[in-house]
Formats: sequence, C-alpha cells, structure tokens
Amino acid sequence: MATEALGWWGVPLGILAGTLRGSVPFLLVSLGECLTEKSGKINLGLEGTLLFGAMSAYAISYLSSGIVGPTLAPWLGVLAAGVAGMVLGAIHGWLSQQPRVNDVAVGIAMIIFGGGLANFFGKPFIQPQAPQLPTIPIGGWSDLAPVQSALQISPLFLLGVAIVPLMSWFFKSTRWGLYVRAVGDSPDAALAMGISIFWVRMASIVAGSFLAGVGGASLSLFYPGVWTERISSGQGLMAVALVIFARWQPWQCLWASLLFGGAQALGPAFQSVGIDSYYYLFNAAPYILTLLIMIITCSPQRTLAGAPGALGKDS
Amino acid sequence: MASTTTWRRSLESIALPLGAVLAALVIFGVFCALAGANPLAVYGSIYRAAFGSWSAWQNTLLRASPLMLTALCTALPARLGLVIIGNEGALVVGGLAAVLVGLSLGGAVPGGLVLLAMALGSLVAGGLWIMAAGALRHYRGVNETISSLLLNYVAIALMSHLVQGPMRDPAFVSKPSSFEIDASAWLGTLPTTRVHWGLLYGLVASVLAYILIQRTTFGFAARTAGGNVRAARIAGLPVGKLTLAVCFLAGSCAGLAGMVEVAAVQKRLNESIVSNYGYAGILVAFVARHNPLATVLVSVLLGGILAAGGILQRSHDLPDATVLVFQGIVFLCVLYSESLYGRFAFFQEREAPKPEGAVASV
Repeated sequence: MATEALGWWGVPLGILAGTLRGSVPFLLVSLGECLTEKSGKINLGLEGTLLFGAMSAYAISYLSSGIVGPTLAPWLGVLAAGVAGMVLGAIHGWLSQQPRVNDVAVGIAMIIFGGGLANFFGKPFIQPQAPQLPTIPIGGWSDLAPVQSALQISPLFLLGVAIVPLMSWFFKSTRWGLYVRAVGDSPDAALAMGISIFWVRMASIVAGSFLAGVGGASLSLFYPGVWTERISSGQGLMAVALVIFARWQPWQCLWASLLFGGAQALGPAFQSVGIDSYYYLFNAAPYILTLLIMIITCSPQRTLAGAPGALGKDS
Repeated sequence: MASTTTWRRSLESIALPLGAVLAALVIFGVFCALAGANPLAVYGSIYRAAFGSWSAWQNTLLRASPLMLTALCTALPARLGLVIIGNEGALVVGGLAAVLVGLSLGGAVPGGLVLLAMALGSLVAGGLWIMAAGALRHYRGVNETISSLLLNYVAIALMSHLVQGPMRDPAFVSKPSSFEIDASAWLGTLPTTRVHWGLLYGLVASVLAYILIQRTTFGFAARTAGGNVRAARIAGLPVGKLTLAVCFLAGSCAGLAGMVEVAAVQKRLNESIVSNYGYAGILVAFVARHNPLATVLVSVLLGGILAAGGILQRSHDLPDATVLVFQGIVFLCVLYSESLYGRFAFFQEREAPKPEGAVASV
C-alpha cells in the first residue's frame, strides 16, 4: 500500500480506498441474491458462483489476450464469468425447484461443486498474469501520489451502481418485476394470474447468478486482481446475509455493500500504519458485523418487513 | 422401524441414496473423460487407494474418523429441523480448546488425565460454539445456516490470531503454530495399526447419537419438534431447551473431532487444522439422511475418496480439487434423489400402512 507517507491519515484513506475496491463483489452478489430471493428462493451457492466466476474471468482474460488484445480480453473475461454463473444458476434453479428438495441444502452443495470446479479448472492459471480491467482514477484533485493511487474505482462498481436504480424500477414499475414479486410473495396468486412459477424463478436465479459471476470477475480482474483458490473468503455468503439486512431493496443493498467493503478494509488499513497485532481479528470484522446486524434486525416473533412471503417455504 | 410390512419403504431409503451415489459416479466418469482421464482407470485407482489393501483401509479409516464426528454436527440438528453448517468452526474451536488444556496441563499430570481434560475442553468449546447458533435461532430468529457459517470464519480468524501472536512457538518456523503438546498427551494408535483412537471416538459417538435420537424420549421430543414445531409447542415440549441441548451435543461432536486432529495428528495448533473435514461432514450427514448409524458407513466411503485424492494427482494428472468436484456431484445427486421418494411404484407398500407406521418414516 502506498499510504505509509500519510501517517495516520493513511487509515481513513485506506478504509475509503478499501471500501471502493472491496464493496464491488458484495454489491454485485447482493443484487443477484436480491433478485433471486424476491422470487422466493434462496441461493446460498452464490459463494461457489463467485469463485467459479472469478476463475472463468481470469482464465478467459488470460487465454484471449493473445487473440483480441489486452484491452478487450478482460471484458471477455467478465462476460465469461457471467455465463459461467448462469450455468451454475441453471443447475440451482432446476434442482431447488424439485419437490422436497431444500434450496438451502442445494446451495451448500453448489458451494462445494462451484468451488471444486473453480479449483479444478483454475489450477493452471494460478501462476500466469492475466490482463486486468482498467480502473477509473477519481483522485486527480489531489497532488499526493498515495491519494491518487488509492482512489480508483472499477467500471464494475459503476455497473453495480447503475443496476441499483434499474432493479428498483424493475421491481416497482414493470410487468416482469410484478411477476417476480408475485411469485415470491404469493405463488398461489401468481399461479392464478397464469404465471409459470418455475420459469420466473428459473429466470430470476439465472439472472442473479449472472451478476454473482460478474462479481467474481471483479475479484480476479480488479481487486485483489489475481486468481488463487482462496480468493473469496465467504463474500458470497455474507452477501446473502447482507440482503436480509438490506430488506430486499436494491438501494439498501448498495449502502450495505459499502458498509461491508469498509469493514473488510479495516485490517489492511491498520496494518499499513503498523498496527498488525490484531490483523486477523480485524479481518473477522465483516463476519462479526454480519452476525451483529442479523441479531439486531431479526426477530423470532414476526417475519421481517419486506421479506418475500414464499421465502424459505417449500412449494 | 423395519417391521415386515414396511420393508419396501426401508428398501427405498437405502436404494435411492445408493442409486444417487452410483449416478454421481457415472457423471463423475464423464467429467473425468472430458478432462482427459480414463474413467475406468480413475475408478480403479480410487478403489485401490481407498479399499484395495490393509494399508489403504488404514488411510481411509484415518480420514473417516473425524468425518464421523463432524457429520453429527449437521445430522443431529437436522432431526430438529435446523440446517447447521458450522462444523468447521466447531472443529477449530474444539482443537483450540484441546491445545489450550493440553499445553497448560501437559507434563504435570499423567497423560491419560490430560487427554481426558483435552477431550472435555473440546466437547465444551465446540458445544458452546454451535449452541450459540442455536440460541440465536431460538431467541432472535437468526437464520442458523448463515450464522453458523459466519461463525466458521470467526473461529478460523480467532485461531489464526492466537497462533500468530499470543500462543506462537517461535522455535517452529515452517508456519505459525502453537507450542507442541507434551508427548504423554498424544492420542495413540489402535494396537497393530496406524489408525488412532479417534476412530473409536467416532464410532461410539455415532452409536450414542443413534440411541439418543431413535430410542429415548429426548430424541422423540426432538424429532417431534423437527416435524412440526407448532404441534410440539402445543404438546408442551420445551422447544428452546431442546434446540440448545441438541445444538450443544452437535457442536461437541465436531469439537471432539478437533481434539482428535490435534492430539493424534497435528500435535500442535496451526492452519492445518482447517482441512475441510467440517464441510465434508455436511455432505456425509446429507447423504446419510441424518441417520447417525448411516453416517458411519458414508464417512468410511468418503474417507476412502479423500484418501484417493493423492493418487488422482499422481497417476492421472488430475488436480487435487477433483475430489471436491466429485463431492459436489454426489451431493447434488443425493439431493435430487430426495424428490424421487414415492415416485416408484415398486417401493410403495402393498397393504394399507398401520397407524403407527406413519411415525416411523423419516
């Protein structure tokens, strides 16, 4: 990190920069999970999707850079990550809608399966360096080099931010958004409307998995910008908890993702100014934050405001 | 309960998971073929490395014993209707507690007593860890799947923090580790084998869990609450206490697995204790349909597959994650087989089932 020169100012700067970098996967996965859960199914497997997406993006970016050049290659990688996510999403969507099959259990299986596939195909790509996505500097107002190098945002972050109002509008004002909400809130009513519950849920899960796969691309092609077997440390699962915290609203997903990205940046930011004796405990901050948030927001007496009615029920 | 009139049902609950595993083998074979390996040769290698010789059997059993214990961490709460996946975290805190006890007592007291204290420490630590998830579920309505999973990461972070800092043995340089526990408190091997006593722990815990769930009023109450929590409340069952007790027992099993890993294999605490036995335990529990006796069998099967991980890499040039892919395929197939119950006419009872027969089925 280049923040040493700033002394203690490096901490808030480090957290801000870490928030901008680290919130991207949270944002994309939580938006995907938001869409999925609005249709009444949970997809815990997005953790596996994230890993498989990260691997696919890195592999395609590396393999195609010789053919299409290093500018276009990472974008092909992003697309590949999304498509890879859709494949896993289709498996989840089909399997979790079979009778008596628990969607949470399918999610756990998909974490193992997706993670296994990512490590299986990703082994040859641990060493080579793939072309990375470009970054957009927003620190140009400052003369300090550390500030400039810290304040960079990913185009995928902008993509995520752009999807937020779109998804919000989609749920509120479009026919298809109404279908998704109807299927998620009251499958019987949706059936009476003549909507195919299976296909609406399938489409929601596949589209959500696409976003999660792109979130994986942000891990391997932006930050940390490498492919390793441990590149995702539960971000996909935290995003699921984050959606509960965000009350299934896209705008809240954005704020929550920023909060989580910031929590994730605590450990490295303190390490950069020499406080590293609690490095691992600071790194546990997002998990503890998630737990605390769930403890505060959940209640045994009532279902949460905003929760899709059919969520977590067998149908 | 397998009386003479319900054999078809019993057969169904054996045949379907078995069929799912076979289907998974076929899919895995196709996968291997696509990856450029000869599937039949891969099957042969897995069989030889897992069950081909007495030495292979010992490797398999070594890996099966922690699986038996971690599987109970998912299987027991599942009977209560809870999906707990905090196995890895409970294993880590169990190992942590065992090392703390072992380091503070080791050498001062006879080895047997130290081992007993280590086992107790790991049982309590793992138990409390999962009980926390159960308590959050009961008192705050927090989703136990997500909370127990988050606790895994917290446990690993806690362990990493302690072995990097306060508990670190500066003389051990290859990776940050705690001090070694005294040799008198190492868990020995079964006579004439390389298999440690942890296997016996796993077997005993599984049998006890089976008796507890299937043959006691406590188990009956837990299964009732798992079937219909509202009915259980109306019947006056203490659902909260049941949740806490079952979660404690579940976590203590995984914690004991951590103690076994520390006392018999690692001898000190470091990152190596995070070795996916917890996540594999979830798979075992689901494949065994949360039956504590079936978990023993499935643990041995999966232990064999894990033992074959190395040979896949050496003889077939497949990455070590191949085992993970196989686990994923088995898991997905077994879950799909859940939807097939009652679809095959062959497994339907020919006579009308007796009234009490309805309770017996899972």
